[in-house]
Amino acid sequence: MSATPVRSDNPAALALAVRHRFRLAETLPWLLALAFYFAFPRYLGFGTELLITVLFAISLDLALGYAGIVTLGHAAFFGAGAYTVGMLAKHEIWTEPVSGLFIAAAVAGAVGFASGLVLLRTTGLTLLMLTLCTMGLLEEIANMAAEVTGGFDGLDSLPIKPLFGIFEFNPLYPYTQYLYVLGVLLVCFIFVRTLVYSPYGHSLTGMRENTLRMHAVGAPVRMRLIVCYTISAAIAGVAGALWAQANAYVNLSVLGLDRAATVLIVLVLGGYGRLYGGIIGAVAYMVLAHFLSKAYPTAWQLGLGLLLVAIALFARGGILGMVDNLTRPYKERKAQ
Amino acid sequence: MIKRILAASAALALSAALAQAQSVKIGLVAPFTGIGAELGQQIDRGVEQYLKLNADKIKPLQLKIIKRDDKNPSGADSKIAVQELLTQENVDALAGWIYSPNAIASAPVVTAGKKLAVIMNAGTAHITTMSPYFVRTSFSMWHAGYAMGEAAAKQLKAKTAIVGYSDFPPGKDSLAAFKRSFEANGGKVIDEIPMGGAGQVPDFTPFLQRAKDKKPDVLFVFVPAGDHALAVTKTYGALGMKDAGIKLIGPGDITQDIKLQAMGDAAVGLITMHHYNADLDNAENKKFVAAWKKDYGPDSTPDFIAVGAYDGMAAIVHAAQATKGKMDADAALKALAGWKYNSPRGPISIDPETRDIIMNEYLVEVVKGKDGKLHQKLLGKIDNVKDACKAEKVGPCAPKS
Repeated sequence: MSATPVRSDNPAALALAVRHRFRLAETLPWLLALAFYFAFPRYLGFGTELLITVLFAISLDLALGYAGIVTLGHAAFFGAGAYTVGMLAKHEIWTEPVSGLFIAAAVAGAVGFASGLVLLRTTGLTLLMLTLCTMGLLEEIANMAAEVTGGFDGLDSLPIKPLFGIFEFNPLYPYTQYLYVLGVLLVCFIFVRTLVYSPYGHSLTGMRENTLRMHAVGAPVRMRLIVCYTISAAIAGVAGALWAQANAYVNLSVLGLDRAATVLIVLVLGGYGRLYGGIIGAVAYMVLAHFLSKAYPTAWQLGLGLLLVAIALFARGGILGMVDNLTRPYKERKAQ
Repeated sequence: MIKRILAASAALALSAALAQAQSVKIGLVAPFTGIGAELGQQIDRGVEQYLKLNADKIKPLQLKIIKRDDKNPSGADSKIAVQELLTQENVDALAGWIYSPNAIASAPVVTAGKKLAVIMNAGTAHITTMSPYFVRTSFSMWHAGYAMGEAAAKQLKAKTAIVGYSDFPPGKDSLAAFKRSFEANGGKVIDEIPMGGAGQVPDFTPFLQRAKDKKPDVLFVFVPAGDHALAVTKTYGALGMKDAGIKLIGPGDITQDIKLQAMGDAAVGLITMHHYNADLDNAENKKFVAAWKKDYGPDSTPDFIAVGAYDGMAAIVHAAQATKGKMDADAALKALAGWKYNSPRGPISIDPETRDIIMNEYLVEVVKGKDGKLHQKLLGKIDNVKDACKAEKVGPCAPKS
């Protein structure tokens, strides 16, 4: 990495200047994801699901980890995106995948904006319950409107067009799905990374840490939270849309508490409020769940439960927090 | 010399037999954890019992069962499990599926994988139309509902009925099936009452009171087995509907054997229609239930899911024998078209046109036995019932143009 020399002796200025610079190590997860494609071609179905969960976790991180919006209903937006793509495809209105993502993002963002206008007046437990209710309402709507949403059985065999008109989505060998999702994930990740390292992103962190003070310095707190919630919802909508396209299938589970709770666990496991928490958490949780359930189809949840208990007891900042704690003495010594 | 030739030929025959001992890999997809675990266990044990009781029918083949947990009805986990069974384990056949959404989500993968796939439970009627490789050995929601409509009009002599159902696909399917055949046989459905969702048990009092006020001859109910069904029978008793002359009827899903004893005396008098219950009086079933109780304890019992799995294994073994273990999908499907089998639920066969099951439906009443436990007493039966949804081309069951 060709480091631009920082012309300052002030350690604070130095720290700020280097903090958000692109580091070579940041390419590592993407290289690994690419290597996975070549090394494990038979696991790409699982890999696709994993990447989608990563994207979903990143969207939640933006709201929960950075802006401190405590939500248990993030699957509402995942589902909004998934159903947008699903219904448009099933009724043969729109089947092109890439533009479908934009439509899904717009719809999910609109749902996020509308619900954010109301919900973000509250905080804490009230907010938690209201986000849960919003998701429950959407789920029940999808259940009741069975003519358009397929109800409990969902919409099956979605006629999604080949990617760029060339690459087919094969249900048995999901090569295209994997690379497609990886590409979208990279774009979204760069967007979120830029966002959270911008002054706007720092103001989000400020609001999380001390809302009163942010009011005092004149920051438009509520508007910023709503914008953040909307962006987060739009990204969750993209994740949902990808899920629907990759599986050619949507059902009520995309709006379920199961999905919302899993992504929350993933994020807490990896470490929230850190860009890479979602990635690490999703990989740790899903790989463990996948292989444990394969090896012990009837008792795998025990292993996962033990891990979560251990994390809750010994690593409050998640896996990344634990790594931080372990490497801190070394870093401090280096800094001195 | 002769001895030597004999020995040599014996050795040759032996090695030929060994070479013939084709192994057949079967991927079994069912929920083994979470709320569906109890149902997944029925599949697991049904398969196990078939393998134990029919070891002679399997020879010389060797069956290898690879179990995968499909966890929940989201479809995604099931789909990944099927994908990996086909591409990593190279299974010769697939089986399982408790939840309909999972079978629906897996359908495109099954079609692309070109392997026989036996549905052991999932009951949404049109699933078998979604992939040419699906064969169903369980039931369609239309089997019991349709047969019950006929029985309610003919045997129970009901003129009017009210339908109460949990608002999810099996409930709606049951309603549609019952209504169609009840009205075709001269009855009339005077009210349809959605009674909450399948997730939580609602308070059934307002729904049943509404039904009572309209004084129908029968109240046909579809709710998930267990707590829902228990709450319905208790509310039915508490409102005094029995004394008001309203019979409580439903498909046998609501008196699922594994949930029956927990329902208590409130369930006595409940009349249901189904293709299986553990009290069925035939030799195959006696053998099956006895082996089951011996292995899993006197209080355990097989139910219709277990028998779906048992017959599913029988179908796979039949297909494997017919193709000499090669399990070429088209040959396997051909072997199963019109296949007849003497199952614990009575004679069954696979409809060559729809790949769905044809079986008898039994009208039964819940009674209290001398042993203090609840039993299901046979009132009547209808032979060779087909899936009426496909036979009459209703909604999504109609062939796509």
